[in-house]
Amino acid sequence: MLKDAPIQTGEHVAPAHNVYLLREMLRIRRFEEKCYQLYTAAKIRGFLHLYDGEEAVAVGVMQALRPEDAIVATYREHGQALARGMSMASIMAELVGKQEGCARGRGGSMHLFDAETRFYGGNAIVGGGLPLAVGLALADKMQGWPQITCCFFGDGAVQEGEFHESMNLASLWQLPVLFVCENNLYAMGVPLKISDPVVDLYQKADAYAVAASVVDGMDVLAVETAAKEAANHIRTTGRPYFLECRTYRFRAHSMFDAELYRTKAEVEAWKERDPIATFSQYLQEQGILKDADLDRLEQEVAAEIDEAVAFAEAGTWEPVEDLERFVYSEL
Amino acid sequence: MHTNGNGTTPTVEMTYREAVREAIRDALRRDERVFLMGEDVGRYGGCFAVSKGLLQEFGPERIIDTPMSESGFTGAGIGAALGGMRPIVEVMTCNFSLLAADQIVNNAATLLHMSGGQFNVPVVIRMSTGGGKQLAAQHSHSWEGWYAHVPGLKVLVPATVEDARGMLWPALQDPDPVLIFENASLYNMKGELPADAGPVDIEKAQVRRAGRDVTLITYGASLFKALEAAEILAKDGIEAEVIDLRTLRPLDDETYLDSIARTHRAVIVDEGWRSGSISAEISARIMEQAFYQLDAPIERVCSAEVPMPYAAHMEQAALPQPEKIVAAVRWIVQ
Repeated sequence: MLKDAPIQTGEHVAPAHNVYLLREMLRIRRFEEKCYQLYTAAKIRGFLHLYDGEEAVAVGVMQALRPEDAIVATYREHGQALARGMSMASIMAELVGKQEGCARGRGGSMHLFDAETRFYGGNAIVGGGLPLAVGLALADKMQGWPQITCCFFGDGAVQEGEFHESMNLASLWQLPVLFVCENNLYAMGVPLKISDPVVDLYQKADAYAVAASVVDGMDVLAVETAAKEAANHIRTTGRPYFLECRTYRFRAHSMFDAELYRTKAEVEAWKERDPIATFSQYLQEQGILKDADLDRLEQEVAAEIDEAVAFAEAGTWEPVEDLERFVYSEL
Repeated sequence: MHTNGNGTTPTVEMTYREAVREAIRDALRRDERVFLMGEDVGRYGGCFAVSKGLLQEFGPERIIDTPMSESGFTGAGIGAALGGMRPIVEVMTCNFSLLAADQIVNNAATLLHMSGGQFNVPVVIRMSTGGGKQLAAQHSHSWEGWYAHVPGLKVLVPATVEDARGMLWPALQDPDPVLIFENASLYNMKGELPADAGPVDIEKAQVRRAGRDVTLITYGASLFKALEAAEILAKDGIEAEVIDLRTLRPLDDETYLDSIARTHRAVIVDEGWRSGSISAEISARIMEQAFYQLDAPIERVCSAEVPMPYAAHMEQAALPQPEKIVAAVRWIVQ
């Protein structure tokens, strides 16, 4: 079954919770800005895929997940990692390659991992995490554990064979998977409209008998409501759900991207719908947020980021002698 | 006949196929985390009849017929292993595993290292391998050497009925991904086992035939071709020591280097294609570690570098044969 209409914005939400949501999005945005600076200063290397503009998706969806749930994400996963509650310091240390990082500096930006929060990465193969999510949900079901697996992926992944196989398996075996498609309209530089004859991605779920809906991914309250409905569906029926979040990334695909495939006008138009600016304005209009509150939030976030950067810079390099550790488990 | 101090231990005769089935059955009984998933493993009884009867015995929650989704179900097996289960993923033939190569190589093999030691993947992936049944180029190749190239994987190649019976349990208890390659031409082969046969070591090669004149290093179905070649050579007084590698990653260098220290000559028999094969790797290791032990260059008998043809005479011409092994040995002992 699928819903034809997008989910409506939730209305009766506690003020403190709203401020919390704003704070969580702000943390991600400022963190990504810091990453941009550090990359330009050559402290972060390799590939860096920033999440600016998509914050409402990670933050909104995370409100529907519990500590015992599992998460599989993509190479653009700083937002999910932060919203999940991974230590910002350990993420920053990972980005600069220090062994105090959440993957000992082995993974970098695209491969953040955290066993404690059941964060199974950080995957650089488009679509590569979906079968893993199916398997994690299968293991939970087999062991009788009532937790769900949330799998983030983009619009590009929907064209990969592994998407179709995973949807089929999750539906057939009735597995508790929340498939969250972050549709930002571009797979690197390929627009969705030239790579898929069906651009309303949530419609594809019907072919697999998977319940689905689509939501405005720039509206954190709408995403939260939609994600909670989706998660509730999964927790009560045991069946998977496909949630398409329509969003946009304000920055390039990665730090190497000249953005030749989209116009500045398009980017500016989407920036008008900045999830943080619009939510902040809404909260101010509602009288929930004062200027002083926003200043305080910015200061707190800045302090946390400064601390994370200091931690990362004070970090140490993994000894080269340890290169072959963890090719196999240490007993 | 196996003996103990008090007399004889009863043995049973079984086929390689039955030994694998018994290994799966034993694992399912002993460890509730274990389950078997793959195409046709349930209702069909397994495309090579390995899992025949297991669905009836253990039910559909432990013996799972998957849809035609190699990447999907192999990745699901990896995910299930991450999540606390001990799956046996069966890929019908190693040729089809290429559809799942992304999951095997980019996920199963990398997750532990890439996560800084946080996430190990205790999955077992069993596949049939090898040619000789006129199944042509998309059903007949040998990919075990290719997978043995990948750090993070373990690659087992049971040749004997005892190893077919005994390797699965330690593979399942291993915290890391283990691939098991069963040469399809061995399924009907009969062998004798102790009635209480159980797990075997999965790290060491075995000397299957002692000899002083040349070391034959091989694995899988080629073991029996090497043993046949050894019998032919023995008639001319050339005694070949035949080593069954049993595992391709890690390779047990010690066993074959120890043999070469005594024989000073080596022939490697490998059903994979010669170029960039596991035989090339072994040859390099012998060169590196036993150069001064050698009295002759190392010879290799591998499959011809062609996609496997259908016509019987062409296929046999492409595969390693006892005669080719004999010829290689004669060349280096002259």
